[in-house]
Amino acid sequence: MINIIWSVLIILGFLVGAVNGRLQDVTAAAINSAKMAVELVFGLMGVMAMWLGILKIAEESGLIKIISRLLKPAMIRLFPEVPENHPAMGAMIMNISTNILGLGNAATPFGLKAMEELQKLNKHKDTATNSMVTFLAINTSSVTLIPASTIALLTAAGAINPTEIVGPSIMATTLSTIGAIIAAKTLQRLPRYSINPRGKGKARCSSRS
Amino acid sequence: MAIPLMIVGIIIHGLQKRVKVYEAFTEGAKEGFVTAIRIIPSFVAMLVAIGVFRESGALDLLMGAFRPLVRLFNIPEELVAMLIMRPLSGSGAQSIISELAHNYGPESLACRTAAVMMGSSETTLYVLAIYFGSVSIKKQRHALASGLIADLVGFLSAVYLSRIFFSF
Repeated sequence: MINIIWSVLIILGFLVGAVNGRLQDVTAAAINSAKMAVELVFGLMGVMAMWLGILKIAEESGLIKIISRLLKPAMIRLFPEVPENHPAMGAMIMNISTNILGLGNAATPFGLKAMEELQKLNKHKDTATNSMVTFLAINTSSVTLIPASTIALLTAAGAINPTEIVGPSIMATTLSTIGAIIAAKTLQRLPRYSINPRGKGKARCSSRS
Repeated sequence: MAIPLMIVGIIIHGLQKRVKVYEAFTEGAKEGFVTAIRIIPSFVAMLVAIGVFRESGALDLLMGAFRPLVRLFNIPEELVAMLIMRPLSGSGAQSIISELAHNYGPESLACRTAAVMMGSSETTLYVLAIYFGSVSIKKQRHALASGLIADLVGFLSAVYLSRIFFSF
Protein backbone atom coordinates (compact mmCIF):
# COMPACT_ATOMS: atom_id res chain seq x y z
CA MET A 1 0.00 0.00 0.00
CA ILE A 2 2.62 2.49 1.06
CA ASN A 3 4.62 1.57 -2.05
CA ILE A 4 1.75 2.62 -4.28
CA ILE A 5 0.96 5.85 -2.47
CA TRP A 6 4.58 6.87 -2.34
CA SER A 7 5.22 6.17 -6.04
CA VAL A 8 2.02 7.87 -7.12
CA LEU A 9 2.85 11.01 -5.13
CA ILE A 10 6.31 11.27 -6.69
CA ILE A 11 5.55 10.19 -10.27
CA LEU A 12 2.37 12.26 -10.50
CA GLY A 13 4.20 15.16 -8.89
CA PHE A 14 6.97 15.18 -11.47
CA LEU A 15 4.53 14.60 -14.36
CA VAL A 16 2.25 17.45 -13.34
CA GLY A 17 5.32 19.56 -12.64
CA ALA A 18 6.60 18.94 -16.16
CA VAL A 19 3.23 19.86 -17.66
CA ASN A 20 3.05 23.02 -15.57
CA GLY A 21 6.63 23.89 -16.47
CA ARG A 22 7.66 23.82 -12.83
CA LEU A 23 10.10 20.98 -13.07
CA GLN A 24 12.90 23.03 -11.56
CA ASP A 25 10.78 24.08 -8.57
CA VAL A 26 9.67 20.49 -8.04
CA THR A 27 13.24 19.24 -8.04
CA ALA A 28 14.19 21.96 -5.59
CA ALA A 29 11.24 20.95 -3.39
CA ALA A 30 12.40 17.34 -3.40
CA ILE A 31 15.90 18.28 -2.34
CA ASN A 32 14.73 20.77 0.27
CA SER A 33 12.24 18.28 1.73
CA ALA A 34 14.96 15.67 2.10
CA LYS A 35 17.13 18.17 3.90
CA MET A 36 14.24 19.29 6.07
CA ALA A 37 13.39 15.69 7.01
CA VAL A 38 16.82 15.10 8.51
CA GLU A 39 16.80 18.48 10.24
CA LEU A 40 13.40 17.59 11.71
CA VAL A 41 14.64 14.29 13.07
CA PHE A 42 17.71 15.92 14.56
CA GLY A 43 15.45 18.50 16.14
CA LEU A 44 13.33 15.68 17.48
CA MET A 45 16.23 13.60 18.72
CA GLY A 46 16.98 15.55 21.87
CA VAL A 47 13.32 15.85 22.83
CA MET A 48 12.88 12.19 22.16
CA ALA A 49 15.85 11.19 24.29
CA MET A 50 14.53 13.38 27.10
CA TRP A 51 10.99 11.98 27.10
CA LEU A 52 12.07 8.38 26.81
CA GLY A 53 14.43 9.04 29.71
CA ILE A 54 11.52 10.32 31.78
CA LEU A 55 9.39 7.36 30.65
CA LYS A 56 12.09 4.97 31.84
CA ILE A 57 11.97 6.52 35.32
CA ALA A 58 8.18 6.21 35.36
CA GLU A 59 8.49 2.62 34.21
CA GLU A 60 10.99 1.64 36.90
CA SER A 61 9.13 3.43 39.67
CA GLY A 62 5.97 1.54 38.82
CA LEU A 63 4.05 4.69 37.89
CA ILE A 64 3.17 3.30 34.46
CA LYS A 65 1.73 0.22 36.13
CA ILE A 66 -0.49 2.40 38.32
CA ILE A 67 -1.79 4.39 35.35
CA SER A 68 -2.17 1.20 33.34
CA ARG A 69 -4.27 -0.33 36.07
CA LEU A 70 -6.67 2.62 35.88
CA LEU A 71 -6.95 2.39 32.11
CA LYS A 72 -6.79 -1.40 32.04
CA PRO A 73 -10.43 -2.19 31.31
CA ALA A 74 -10.46 0.09 28.27
CA MET A 75 -6.99 -0.88 27.06
CA ILE A 76 -7.62 -4.62 27.30
CA ARG A 77 -10.73 -4.29 25.22
CA LEU A 78 -8.95 -2.12 22.66
CA PHE A 79 -5.81 -4.23 22.48
CA PRO A 80 -6.76 -7.83 23.30
CA GLU A 81 -3.51 -9.15 21.75
CA VAL A 82 -1.22 -7.20 24.09
CA PRO A 83 -0.46 -8.77 27.50
CA GLU A 84 -1.44 -6.48 30.38
CA ASN A 85 2.02 -5.83 31.72
CA HIS A 86 3.83 -5.67 28.41
CA PRO A 87 5.91 -2.51 27.89
CA ALA A 88 3.81 -1.80 24.77
CA MET A 89 0.85 -1.01 27.07
CA GLY A 90 2.84 1.57 29.01
CA ALA A 91 4.14 3.27 25.89
CA MET A 92 0.68 3.36 24.30
CA ILE A 93 -0.88 4.76 27.47
CA MET A 94 1.77 7.46 27.67
CA ASN A 95 1.31 8.28 23.99
CA ILE A 96 -2.46 8.58 24.25
CA SER A 97 -2.36 10.59 27.49
CA THR A 98 0.26 13.03 26.18
CA ASN A 99 -1.82 13.40 23.02
CA ILE A 100 -4.90 14.16 25.11
CA LEU A 101 -2.94 16.87 26.91
CA GLY A 102 -1.89 18.32 23.57
CA LEU A 103 1.80 17.57 24.05
CA GLY A 104 2.38 16.41 20.47
CA ASN A 105 6.16 16.60 20.80
CA ALA A 106 6.14 14.36 23.82
CA ALA A 107 3.61 11.97 22.27
CA THR A 108 5.71 11.03 19.24
CA PRO A 109 8.58 9.34 21.15
CA PHE A 110 6.07 7.30 23.17
CA GLY A 111 4.25 6.36 19.97
CA LEU A 112 7.43 5.19 18.28
CA LYS A 113 8.36 3.23 21.38
CA ALA A 114 4.91 1.64 21.41
CA MET A 115 5.33 0.52 17.80
CA GLU A 116 8.72 -0.98 18.64
CA GLU A 117 7.19 -2.97 21.50
CA LEU A 118 4.15 -4.02 19.46
CA GLN A 119 6.51 -5.24 16.75
CA LYS A 120 8.11 -7.58 19.30
CA LEU A 121 4.70 -9.25 19.71
CA ASN A 122 4.25 -9.48 15.95
CA LYS A 123 4.57 -12.88 14.30
CA HIS A 124 4.70 -11.59 10.73
CA LYS A 125 7.32 -8.87 10.89
CA ASP A 126 6.36 -7.19 7.63
CA THR A 127 2.63 -7.07 8.34
CA ALA A 128 0.78 -4.75 10.71
CA THR A 129 -1.04 -6.35 13.65
CA ASN A 130 -4.57 -5.49 14.71
CA SER A 131 -3.19 -3.72 17.77
CA MET A 132 -0.89 -1.57 15.66
CA VAL A 133 -3.69 -0.50 13.37
CA THR A 134 -6.07 0.24 16.25
CA PHE A 135 -3.36 2.20 18.02
CA LEU A 136 -2.54 4.25 14.92
CA ALA A 137 -6.21 4.80 14.12
CA ILE A 138 -6.67 6.33 17.57
CA ASN A 139 -3.55 8.37 16.94
CA THR A 140 -4.69 9.64 13.56
CA SER A 141 -8.09 10.60 14.94
CA SER A 142 -6.37 13.13 17.20
CA VAL A 143 -7.50 12.97 20.82
CA THR A 144 -6.29 16.44 21.81
CA LEU A 145 -8.50 18.22 24.34
CA ILE A 146 -7.04 21.70 23.87
CA PRO A 147 -5.81 22.39 20.32
CA ALA A 148 -3.22 24.88 21.56
CA SER A 149 -1.36 25.49 18.31
CA THR A 150 -4.57 26.13 16.39
CA ILE A 151 -5.73 28.57 19.06
CA ALA A 152 -2.37 30.32 18.79
CA LEU A 153 -2.80 30.46 15.03
CA LEU A 154 -6.26 32.03 15.30
CA THR A 155 -4.98 34.51 17.88
CA ALA A 156 -2.15 35.49 15.55
CA ALA A 157 -4.72 36.01 12.79
CA GLY A 158 -6.60 38.47 15.03
CA ALA A 159 -9.40 36.31 16.46
CA ILE A 160 -10.98 37.81 19.59
CA ASN A 161 -12.41 34.59 21.04
CA PRO A 162 -10.21 31.84 19.64
CA THR A 163 -11.05 29.47 22.50
CA GLU A 164 -14.61 29.18 21.20
CA ILE A 165 -13.41 26.37 18.97
CA VAL A 166 -12.52 24.20 21.99
CA GLY A 167 -16.06 22.93 22.63
CA PRO A 168 -16.85 21.76 19.11
CA SER A 169 -13.27 20.50 18.72
CA ILE A 170 -13.59 18.19 21.72
CA MET A 171 -16.91 16.85 20.44
CA ALA A 172 -15.62 16.40 16.89
CA THR A 173 -12.45 14.68 18.03
CA THR A 174 -14.42 12.38 20.33
CA LEU A 175 -16.59 11.39 17.38
CA SER A 176 -13.58 10.87 15.12
CA THR A 177 -11.87 8.70 17.74
CA ILE A 178 -15.00 6.58 18.13
CA GLY A 179 -15.15 6.37 14.33
CA ALA A 180 -11.50 5.33 14.23
CA ILE A 181 -11.98 2.52 16.74
CA ILE A 182 -15.13 1.22 15.05
CA ALA A 183 -13.45 1.39 11.63
CA ALA A 184 -10.30 -0.41 12.80
CA LYS A 185 -12.22 -3.10 14.67
CA THR A 186 -14.65 -3.69 11.80
CA LEU A 187 -12.17 -3.62 8.94
CA GLN A 188 -9.77 -6.05 10.63
CA ARG A 189 -12.35 -8.79 10.11
CA LEU A 190 -12.61 -8.30 6.37
CA PRO A 191 -10.91 -11.06 4.35
CA ARG A 192 -9.04 -8.51 2.22
CA TYR A 193 -7.32 -7.18 5.31
CA SER A 194 -6.58 -10.55 6.88
CA ILE A 195 -3.03 -11.31 8.02
CA ASN A 196 -1.62 -13.55 5.36
CA PRO A 197 2.08 -13.74 4.56
CA ARG A 198 1.32 -14.98 1.05
CA GLY A 199 -0.77 -11.99 0.11
CA LYS A 200 -3.92 -13.36 -1.49
CA GLY A 201 -5.91 -16.45 -0.61
CA LYS A 202 -8.42 -17.45 1.98
CA ALA A 203 -6.23 -18.86 4.73
CA ARG A 204 -6.78 -16.54 7.66
CA CYS A 205 -4.33 -16.38 10.46
CA SER A 206 -5.79 -16.13 13.90
CA SER A 207 -4.67 -12.98 15.59
CA ARG A 208 -4.90 -14.51 19.03
CA SER A 209 -1.59 -15.00 20.74
CA MET B 1 2.04 23.87 32.91
CA ALA B 2 1.35 20.21 32.26
CA ILE B 3 4.91 19.46 31.18
CA PRO B 4 6.77 20.73 34.29
CA LEU B 5 4.24 18.96 36.52
CA MET B 6 4.73 15.73 34.67
CA ILE B 7 8.52 15.82 34.73
CA VAL B 8 8.79 16.82 38.40
CA GLY B 9 6.04 14.41 39.41
CA ILE B 10 7.64 11.45 37.69
CA ILE B 11 11.07 12.17 39.16
CA ILE B 12 9.71 12.61 42.70
CA HIS B 13 7.72 9.39 42.39
CA GLY B 14 10.88 7.66 41.17
CA LEU B 15 12.88 8.92 44.15
CA GLN B 16 10.18 7.73 46.54
CA LYS B 17 10.39 4.27 45.01
CA ARG B 18 14.21 4.37 45.27
CA VAL B 19 14.74 4.27 41.53
CA LYS B 20 18.22 5.30 40.37
CA VAL B 21 16.61 8.13 38.45
CA TYR B 22 19.74 9.36 36.70
CA GLU B 23 20.72 5.94 35.42
CA ALA B 24 17.15 5.18 34.39
CA PHE B 25 16.93 8.48 32.53
CA THR B 26 20.14 7.98 30.57
CA GLU B 27 19.17 4.44 29.70
CA GLY B 28 15.83 5.63 28.31
CA ALA B 29 17.52 8.52 26.50
CA LYS B 30 19.82 6.07 24.75
CA GLU B 31 16.78 4.29 23.33
CA GLY B 32 15.52 7.67 22.14
CA PHE B 33 18.58 8.20 19.98
CA VAL B 34 18.39 4.76 18.44
CA THR B 35 14.72 5.23 17.57
CA ALA B 36 15.32 8.70 16.14
CA ILE B 37 18.07 7.44 13.83
CA ARG B 38 15.87 4.61 12.68
CA ILE B 39 13.03 6.87 11.56
CA ILE B 40 15.22 9.09 9.35
CA PRO B 41 14.76 7.01 6.15
CA SER B 42 10.97 6.99 6.30
CA PHE B 43 10.95 10.67 7.24
CA VAL B 44 13.00 11.54 4.16
CA ALA B 45 10.93 9.31 1.88
CA MET B 46 7.59 10.75 2.96
CA LEU B 47 8.57 14.41 3.12
CA VAL B 48 10.14 14.27 -0.34
CA ALA B 49 7.02 12.68 -1.84
CA ILE B 50 4.71 15.21 -0.22
CA GLY B 51 7.00 18.11 -1.15
CA VAL B 52 7.08 17.05 -4.80
CA PHE B 53 3.33 16.51 -4.90
CA ARG B 54 2.54 19.93 -3.45
CA GLU B 55 5.10 22.01 -5.33
CA SER B 56 4.15 20.57 -8.74
CA GLY B 57 0.55 21.73 -8.50
CA ALA B 58 -0.73 18.14 -8.43
CA LEU B 59 -2.29 18.82 -5.05
CA ASP B 60 -4.37 21.65 -6.56
CA LEU B 61 -5.59 19.30 -9.30
CA LEU B 62 -6.61 16.73 -6.72
CA MET B 63 -8.60 19.37 -4.89
CA GLY B 64 -10.53 20.08 -8.08
CA ALA B 65 -11.36 16.40 -8.43
CA PHE B 66 -12.81 16.37 -4.93
CA ARG B 67 -15.40 19.11 -5.60
CA PRO B 68 -18.35 16.76 -6.43
CA LEU B 69 -17.84 14.71 -3.27
CA VAL B 70 -17.73 17.89 -1.28
CA ARG B 71 -21.05 19.08 -2.71
CA LEU B 72 -22.58 15.72 -1.87
CA PHE B 73 -21.75 16.12 1.82
CA ASN B 74 -22.69 19.78 1.79
CA ILE B 75 -19.22 20.88 2.90
CA PRO B 76 -18.46 24.56 2.19
CA GLU B 77 -16.24 24.79 -0.88
CA GLU B 78 -13.63 26.97 0.73
CA LEU B 79 -12.82 24.00 2.97
CA VAL B 80 -11.91 21.60 0.16
CA ALA B 81 -8.25 22.51 0.37
CA MET B 82 -8.31 21.69 4.08
CA LEU B 83 -9.87 18.30 3.36
CA ILE B 84 -7.06 17.30 1.02
CA MET B 85 -4.21 18.90 2.88
CA ARG B 86 -4.96 17.75 6.42
CA PRO B 87 -4.03 14.07 6.01
CA LEU B 88 -0.88 15.03 4.08
CA SER B 89 0.74 17.88 5.91
CA GLY B 90 0.20 19.56 9.27
CA SER B 91 2.01 22.76 8.38
CA GLY B 92 0.17 22.84 5.05
CA ALA B 93 -3.16 22.62 6.88
CA GLN B 94 -2.09 25.39 9.24
CA SER B 95 -1.25 27.62 6.31
CA ILE B 96 -4.75 27.00 4.92
CA ILE B 97 -6.30 28.15 8.21
CA SER B 98 -4.18 31.31 8.05
CA GLU B 99 -5.33 31.84 4.49
CA LEU B 100 -9.01 31.41 5.45
CA ALA B 101 -8.51 33.83 8.34
CA HIS B 102 -7.04 36.33 5.92
CA ASN B 103 -9.75 35.94 3.25
CA TYR B 104 -12.88 35.51 5.36
CA GLY B 105 -11.80 36.78 8.79
CA PRO B 106 -10.59 34.80 11.81
CA GLU B 107 -14.10 34.67 13.31
CA SER B 108 -15.77 33.51 10.08
CA LEU B 109 -17.60 30.19 9.92
CA ALA B 110 -15.16 28.85 7.31
CA CYS B 111 -12.10 29.67 9.37
CA ARG B 112 -13.56 28.31 12.59
CA THR B 113 -14.72 25.14 10.88
CA ALA B 114 -11.22 24.63 9.51
CA ALA B 115 -9.83 25.15 13.01
CA VAL B 116 -12.20 22.54 14.44
CA MET B 117 -11.18 20.19 11.60
CA MET B 118 -7.57 20.75 12.56
CA GLY B 119 -8.31 19.66 16.12
CA SER B 120 -10.31 16.58 15.21
CA SER B 121 -8.06 14.91 12.64
CA GLU B 122 -4.42 14.15 12.04
CA THR B 123 -1.72 14.05 9.37
CA THR B 124 -2.76 10.47 8.73
CA LEU B 125 -0.45 9.63 5.81
CA TYR B 126 2.52 11.06 7.60
CA VAL B 127 1.77 9.34 10.90
CA LEU B 128 1.35 5.97 9.19
CA ALA B 129 4.53 6.38 7.16
CA ILE B 130 6.60 7.36 10.16
CA TYR B 131 5.24 4.85 12.65
CA PHE B 132 5.14 1.86 10.31
CA GLY B 133 8.44 2.90 8.74
CA SER B 134 10.09 2.90 12.15
CA VAL B 135 9.49 -0.84 12.54
CA SER B 136 9.70 -1.66 8.79
CA ILE B 137 6.12 -2.83 8.39
CA LYS B 138 5.29 -3.07 4.71
CA LYS B 139 1.76 -4.48 4.71
CA GLN B 140 -0.31 -1.91 6.54
CA ARG B 141 -3.63 -3.75 6.08
CA HIS B 142 -6.60 -1.60 7.12
CA ALA B 143 -4.54 1.19 8.67
CA LEU B 144 -4.97 3.73 5.87
CA ALA B 145 -8.68 3.03 5.49
CA SER B 146 -9.25 3.33 9.26
CA GLY B 147 -7.21 6.53 9.50
CA LEU B 148 -9.00 8.19 6.60
CA ILE B 149 -12.40 7.13 7.92
CA ALA B 150 -11.44 8.73 11.24
CA ASP B 151 -10.44 11.90 9.41
CA LEU B 152 -13.68 11.95 7.43
CA VAL B 153 -15.76 11.50 10.60
CA GLY B 154 -13.76 14.36 12.13
CA PHE B 155 -14.31 16.60 9.10
CA LEU B 156 -18.03 15.99 8.85
CA SER B 157 -18.46 16.42 12.61
CA ALA B 158 -16.50 19.67 12.36
CA VAL B 159 -18.71 20.97 9.57
CA TYR B 160 -22.00 20.16 11.27
CA LEU B 161 -20.94 21.02 14.83
CA SER B 162 -19.48 24.36 13.71
CA ARG B 163 -22.71 25.15 11.93
CA ILE B 164 -24.62 24.52 15.18
CA PHE B 165 -22.13 26.37 17.40
CA PHE B 166 -21.20 29.37 15.29
CA SER B 167 -24.20 30.14 13.13
CA PHE B 168 -25.80 32.47 15.60
